[in-house]
Amino acid sequence: MRVQEKIIEGLLWLSAAITILITLSIIWVLLSESVKFFSEVSILRFLTEKEWTPLFAEKKFGIMPLVAGTFLTTAIAIAVALPIGLTIAIYLNEYAHARFKTFVKPLLEVLATIPTVVYGFFALTVVTPFLQSFIPGLAGFNALSAGIVMGIMIIPMISSLSEDAISAVPRSLREAAYGMGSTRLQTAFGVMVPAASSGILVSVILAISRAVGETMLVAIAAGQQPRLTLNPLVPIETITTYIVQVSLGDVPHGSLEYRTIFAAGMTLFVFTFLLNNLSFWIKKKYQEKYD
Amino acid sequence: MTKRQSKLEAINLDAYYGDFQALKNINIAMEEKAVTAFIGPSGCGKSTFLRTFNRMNDYIDGFRTEGQILLDGRDIYATDVRVDELRKEVGMVFQKPNPFPKTIFENVVYGLKIQGIKDKKTLQETCEKSLQQAALWNEVKDKLDKSALALSGGQQQRLCIARALAIQPSVILMDEPASALDPISTAKIEELIYELKKDYTIVIVTHNMQQAGRVSDHTAFFYMGELVEYAKTKTMFTSPKDTRTQNYITGRFG
Repeated sequence: MRVQEKIIEGLLWLSAAITILITLSIIWVLLSESVKFFSEVSILRFLTEKEWTPLFAEKKFGIMPLVAGTFLTTAIAIAVALPIGLTIAIYLNEYAHARFKTFVKPLLEVLATIPTVVYGFFALTVVTPFLQSFIPGLAGFNALSAGIVMGIMIIPMISSLSEDAISAVPRSLREAAYGMGSTRLQTAFGVMVPAASSGILVSVILAISRAVGETMLVAIAAGQQPRLTLNPLVPIETITTYIVQVSLGDVPHGSLEYRTIFAAGMTLFVFTFLLNNLSFWIKKKYQEKYD
Repeated sequence: MTKRQSKLEAINLDAYYGDFQALKNINIAMEEKAVTAFIGPSGCGKSTFLRTFNRMNDYIDGFRTEGQILLDGRDIYATDVRVDELRKEVGMVFQKPNPFPKTIFENVVYGLKIQGIKDKKTLQETCEKSLQQAALWNEVKDKLDKSALALSGGQQQRLCIARALAIQPSVILMDEPASALDPISTAKIEELIYELKKDYTIVIVTHNMQQAGRVSDHTAFFYMGELVEYAKTKTMFTSPKDTRTQNYITGRFG
C-alpha cells in the first residue's frame, strides 16, 4: 500500500516537474540563441535603429518598427474591446435578468473559440473592404482592420473577467448604494466599477498580453512591412508576424537572419512576461481588500 | 391625547417570493418620530416587511406585493413613484456595516454627490453634522481622508448611520443594526437610536428581545408571515395578548 502511495506521489511530482522543465527549456533556447544574436548585433543597435531589414542585402536590426506595429494593433484592439467589454460586463451585472445572464455569458465566450485564422480572413475579406468604402486611403493590408477584429476577438476576455470581478463585489455594497437612492447607473459607475477596478485592470492586462502575442490574425490582415509608424491605414508588421515569416521562409538554420527570430521572440516574451506578472501582482495586492 | 399622524402605514399587504407567500395581509400604522421594533423568529417575514418600505426587495427576481404601503399617506408602490427618490426619504442601515471602499468623508457625502451637490462648504458642513449626529465625529475628525475600511466594526456601522443621515431622510430603517457588533458598540448604537428618534421615524428589526425592550416605543411581533401582535412595547412585554407572542418573548421558541 505504501509503495503504491509513493508511486502516485512520484507521478504527480513528475508531471509538475515536466511542465516546469519545458518552460525552462523554452526560456533556455530563447536565451541562448538570443545571446548568439546579440554577440553579433549590439543591444543598442537592436533598440535604436529605425529599420528592420535583416532579410535584405543591406541589413538593419532595429526592433522598433516591429514593436510599433505590435503596439498599434494592440492599442486599436484594446480601444475596441475595453469599452464594449466593460459595457457588456456592467449590463450583465446591473441590468440583465439572472436567466438572461446565464444564457448570454457562455454565448459570448463562444467568440473566444473561433480559430484566429478565421478572424484573420474576416478582417481581410470583410472588414477591410467595408472600411475602404469610406476611408479611401486604406491599404489592403493595414493595422486598422486587424486591430478592430482583434478587439472583437478579445471582447469576451474583458467582458467575462470584468463580469466576474464586478459580481465578486459584495452584495452589501450594491445594497448600500441603492439604499442611498442611487440609480442603477450611479450604482454601476460610482460603486461597483471602482470596487472591482483591480479585477477589471487585470482583465485588460491579460487582454493586452493576448493581443501582443496574437499571430495568425495580424499575419493575414496587417501585412508584412516593418514600418516605424503609428498610421493605422498602411501595412505594418508585428513581432509575431515577422517570426512566422522567417519560420516559413527558406532562411538557413544557424545564420544571423535565423537568429533574429529568437531576438524578436525574446522581446515578445519579455513583454508578455512583464504584463502577466503585473496582473498577478495587482490581483494579489488589491484582492484581499474585501475578503 | 390626540392621535398623531401615522408616518408609515401598511394596508392589506401581501408579499410573495414566486409562489411562496412571505407576508400575509399585514395591517399596521407607525407613528412619526418614534421607534418601532419588529421581532419574531427567523424567516417570519420581518426583514422582508422592513425592506418593502424602501422597496429594497425590487431587485429580487419573482418578488411582488399586493396591497398598499403608505408614506405620509402616499402609496410608495404607485407607478409614478421613483425608487431612487423614495430612498432619499427612507434611509436604511444594514445588518453588516457596509461602508464603501472610499474615504470616511467620501462615504458620508456620497448621497449628496449623487444628487449633484458639489459645493465644498456644503459637503464639509453636512459631513461634520452627520458624523456628530451619529456620535462618531470626535473619533474620526482627524482622519476624514482615511479609508472607511480601517475603522472598527462599530465605527463602520455608525459611519453607515451618518451616511444615511446626510441626505436627511425622514424615516430610517434598521435591519438588525447591532447583530454583528460587540456589546459596547451595541450600547452605543442603542443610545444613538434613542437620540435619533427626536428627529426621525425609526423602524428596527431585531433578534434581541432586550434590545427591542430598551430602544422601542412600539413592538410588532411577526410569526410565519403574519403580524400577530402590535402594541406599546411596555404592554407587549408585560402582558402579551397572544399566546404565541408570550411563548416567543419568554424564550420558549425562536
